[in-house]
Amino acid sequence: MMAVLAAVSSLSWWPVAAVGGAEVAAGEWFTAQAVMRVVTLQDYNTRVVVLGTGMLGLAAGIIGTFMLLRKRALLGDALSHATLPGIAIAFLTAVAFGGTGKSLGLLLTGATITGVAGVGVILFVRHFTRLKEDAALGVVLSVFFGAGVALMGIVQKTQSGHAAGLESFIYGKTASMTSSDAVLIGVAGLVVALVCALLYKELKLLCYDSGFAASQGWPVILLDVVMMAMVVVITVIGLQAVGLILVIALLVIPPAAARFWTDRMFLMIVIAGVVGAIGSMAGAGVSALTPNLPSGAMIVLTVTAFFLLSMFFGGSRGIVPRWVSQRRLSVRVARQNLLRALYEWAEGHAGRQGFVTVDQARQRPMSRGALLKARSWSVAELGRLLGSARRDGLIEPVDSDRWYLTDQGLSQAQRVVRNHRLWETFLIHFADVAPSHVDRDADAIEHVLAPEMLGQLEELLGQVRAAVPGSPHPVTLPPNDVHSGRASA
Amino acid sequence: MNLVALDAWIIITGVLCAVAAALLGNFLVLRKMSMMGDAISHAVLPGLAAAFLLTESRSSIPMFIGAAAVGVLTAMLTEWVRNYGKVDEGASMGVVFTALFALGLVLIVRAADHVDLDPDCVLYGAIELTPLDLVTVFGWELPRAVVVLSIVLAIDLFVVLLFYKELKISSFDPNLATTLGISARLMHYLLMTLIAVTTVAAFESVGSILVVAMLIVPPAAAHLLTDRLGWMIVVSVVLGAASAVLGHLGAIWVPSLVGFGSTSTAGMMAVVAGLLFVVAVLFAPRHGLVSKVAYRALLSLRIVREDVLGILVRAEERAAATGMSASELRKATMAGAVPLGIALLQLRVSGRIVRDGGGYRLADAGRVDARNLLRSHRLWETYLSRNLSLADDHVHAPADRLEHVSHLADQLDAVLDRPSEDPHASRIPRGEA
Repeated sequence: MMAVLAAVSSLSWWPVAAVGGAEVAAGEWFTAQAVMRVVTLQDYNTRVVVLGTGMLGLAAGIIGTFMLLRKRALLGDALSHATLPGIAIAFLTAVAFGGTGKSLGLLLTGATITGVAGVGVILFVRHFTRLKEDAALGVVLSVFFGAGVALMGIVQKTQSGHAAGLESFIYGKTASMTSSDAVLIGVAGLVVALVCALLYKELKLLCYDSGFAASQGWPVILLDVVMMAMVVVITVIGLQAVGLILVIALLVIPPAAARFWTDRMFLMIVIAGVVGAIGSMAGAGVSALTPNLPSGAMIVLTVTAFFLLSMFFGGSRGIVPRWVSQRRLSVRVARQNLLRALYEWAEGHAGRQGFVTVDQARQRPMSRGALLKARSWSVAELGRLLGSARRDGLIEPVDSDRWYLTDQGLSQAQRVVRNHRLWETFLIHFADVAPSHVDRDADAIEHVLAPEMLGQLEELLGQVRAAVPGSPHPVTLPPNDVHSGRASA
Repeated sequence: MNLVALDAWIIITGVLCAVAAALLGNFLVLRKMSMMGDAISHAVLPGLAAAFLLTESRSSIPMFIGAAAVGVLTAMLTEWVRNYGKVDEGASMGVVFTALFALGLVLIVRAADHVDLDPDCVLYGAIELTPLDLVTVFGWELPRAVVVLSIVLAIDLFVVLLFYKELKISSFDPNLATTLGISARLMHYLLMTLIAVTTVAAFESVGSILVVAMLIVPPAAAHLLTDRLGWMIVVSVVLGAASAVLGHLGAIWVPSLVGFGSTSTAGMMAVVAGLLFVVAVLFAPRHGLVSKVAYRALLSLRIVREDVLGILVRAEERAAATGMSASELRKATMAGAVPLGIALLQLRVSGRIVRDGGGYRLADAGRVDARNLLRSHRLWETYLSRNLSLADDHVHAPADRLEHVSHLADQLDAVLDRPSEDPHASRIPRGEA
C-alpha cells in the first residue's frame, strides 16, 4: 500500500476540467456569474465540451439500449479495454516512421483495430471453445489491457512518449476537447442514430429473438456485426471524453435507467438518449464550474444519479412504485379476507349457505377473538383493518368487540364470496383439486380475478346462477369466542 | 540488493499473486461470473480513497480493510440492483462498478491535496518497486508485498481446502447445494470476500485490472485442459505461476529486441497468460481446436477405409468380382480424392487390400474386417427394422452410418437373438476374430 501512496508521480495528466474561458480560481467556484456563463454556454470552450459530450451521451444511450436488450452490456467494457494496445501501437508506429504520434485520427484508428480484434476474439472463443461469454470477456479484457500496459511501458521509454498524453485515453480529458473533436463526435453520433433508425426493425428483432430472426431469413450475424461496429465507433470516440474505463458507463447506465420507465423499445431508446445527453452535459458543466473535478468521473456520476432516481421512482418497474402497488394489493387482499370472514360467519350461523340479508348479518356480529382465529392477523393488524373498513362504511360495531357488515359491506362481501366459490368450483371440476384443498388454492387467486375471467368462469360452470353460491365444501368457522357471548344456531 | 535478487523477488511476488488469484478464479469461471472479478478489482480505487478520507491516515491496515470492504460491497450492490431493480446481471455489474470507480476518481482528486495517491499505481501496479519496500519478519528482511501475499495465499488455500466440497457443489449446482443444506449464498459471499482480499493484496504488484488477468485467464485455460475440478485448480495454478515467471523475463527481454529497455512486468504477465491461453485453445487434448479438427479428420478417414472394405466385400458377395478401380470406389464411397487416396494407401500398407491390375481387391486380413463390418451393418438393419419399426426399404441409409459403431455388434446380436438374415434376406456373417 505504501508503495502506491509513496510512489511519487506527476499529477500533471489529471483530467482536471479547467475548461478554458470558464476558468474559475479555487475558492470562488459556483458563483452565480460562473454558473450563468456555463449554463448559457457563453464560452467557446465550454460550448464545445458540453455539446460534444452531450452528443456522445445521446449516441451511446441509443446504441447502448440495443446492447442492453441483447444482453451484451459488458461487451463494451471488454471492447474499451481492448483499445489500449491499439493506441500504443499506433503511437509507436507513427514514431517509427518519423512522425510525432500525436495525430488523433491515427491513434483512434489503432484503437479501432484492436477493439475490433478484441470483439472478434470474444465471439471466436464463445463459439469455438467450451468457455462461456463471461470468461471470454474477462480473458480479452485483461489480456488486451495487459498488452496495452506493456506497450505503454515501451512508449514511456521513447523520447516523446511522456509528452504524448496517451494517458488521457485512460481517464479521459474532456477539457482538451477541440471543436474538431466535437464535430467528429457529432458526425459519428449522427451516423449511429441514422443506422439505428434505418435498421430499427431488424435490430429490434435481433434483440428480442435472434433465433426467430434467423429463421425468418434475416442476416443475424451481419446485423450483430453492424451493432458491434456502432459500439466500437462510440467507444473509440468516447475514449477522449471520458476515458476507456468509464466509457462503458455511458453505454450501460442510461439504457439501464431508461428500462425502468417504459416497456416500449422506441421510448426506451429516446429516454436512454436523453438521459445520456443530459447527464453528460450536466457532468461536463459541473466539472467546468469546479476546479479539480475530473470531468469523465463527473459525467458518470451524473448519469448514475439518473439511474438511482429511475431505479427507485421509475415507472411501474421502480422499487418505490412496485412497493406501493404491492402494499395496495396486500391491503385490498386483507380487506377482502375480512369481508369474507364476516360473511361466512353470518352465513354459518344462519344455518344455511348462500344469500345473507342485512338483518341476518346485523343479528350475527363476529367478535375480534373469532376474527383473529379465522386469519393469521395480529391484533394490531386487525385493529387497523377494522378501523379502515369502518371508515369506508363497510362494517359497524355492535359493541366495542363485535362487528357486522353494513348494507354496503354486505354487497361487497357477496362479490368476494362469490368469486371465491366460483374459483373453488372451477378447481374441483376442471383442475381435479380435492374439495378439502381448494380453499387455500382459491384464496391465493380470488383477489386478482379480472371481470372477464369471472364471466368466463360463470359460462364454464353454467349451473351457478345464484348471487352467492353455496360453498362446495364444508366451511369451518372459528370457534365462538367466550367473550362474544351470543351463541348461535 | 543485487540485480539477480531483485529479479528473483519480483518473480516471487508475481508467482504469489498469480497463484492466489488463479486458485479463486477457477470458481469464478465455473460460476460464469468472471466479470465479477473485473468489477471487484475496479472497486479498489474508491475503497482506498474512502478509507483515506474516513481515517485520514495512510497506514496500511485501514486502507486494506477499506478496499476489501468496497470490493465485497460491489458484489452485494450488484446482487441488490439485479434483485430489486430487476436489471440484467451484466448491466447491473456495469452500473455498479463504473459508478464506484468514478466516485473513487473524484474522491482521490479531493484527497490529492493531502496525499499522493497515484491511480496509475492502482491500475498498473508497481511490481518493479516491491523489492524496495522491506519489512523484517523473524529477523529476515523480506519485501512487504511478499509477506502480505504469502499470508493472503495461505488464507485462500486454507479456505478453499476447508470448503472445497461446498464450493464445488455450489459452483456447479447452487440449487442442489441449497437442498443439501449448504448455503449457496454464504459460499457466494465467502468467495467474493476472498476475491476482494486477494485483489487488494495483489493490485499493488500487478495492478487492479491485471489482477483480472490472473483471476480469469489461467483458470479459463485450465478449463480447456481438464474436466476435473481438482486438476483444473492445479493446472491453473501452474499456468499462473508460469505466466509470472515468463512474464518478468519477457518484460526484460522482448523490448530489447526492438531496441528499448524493459517494460511493465505486470503487463507482460497478462500477455504471457494470454499466450498460454491461446496455446490451450488450440492444442488442448480434448477441447482444443486442433485436436478437435484432427479427431474429426481421423474419424472421417476411418469411415472412408471402412466404406472401401464394405464396398469391396459386397462386390465379392454379389459376383465374386476380382476388384474395383479407384474411380469406381470413389463413386461408390462419395469420398474426396485425397481422403480416398490416403485411405487406400493405409489399407494397402496394413495388408487389408492389394492392388490387382488396375483395381483393388480384398486381402485375407481385409476380408475378416470387412465381414465384421458387414455383420455390423446387417445387424443394425435388423435392429432398426425390428426394434424401431423402420420400413425395410428405409433401414439401409441409417445402418450405413451406424455400421461404423461396430463395437456394439455382439450386443446387437444377443439382443436380436442371433439372427441369420437381415431384412433384405442377406446372410449375416458370424463374428470372426
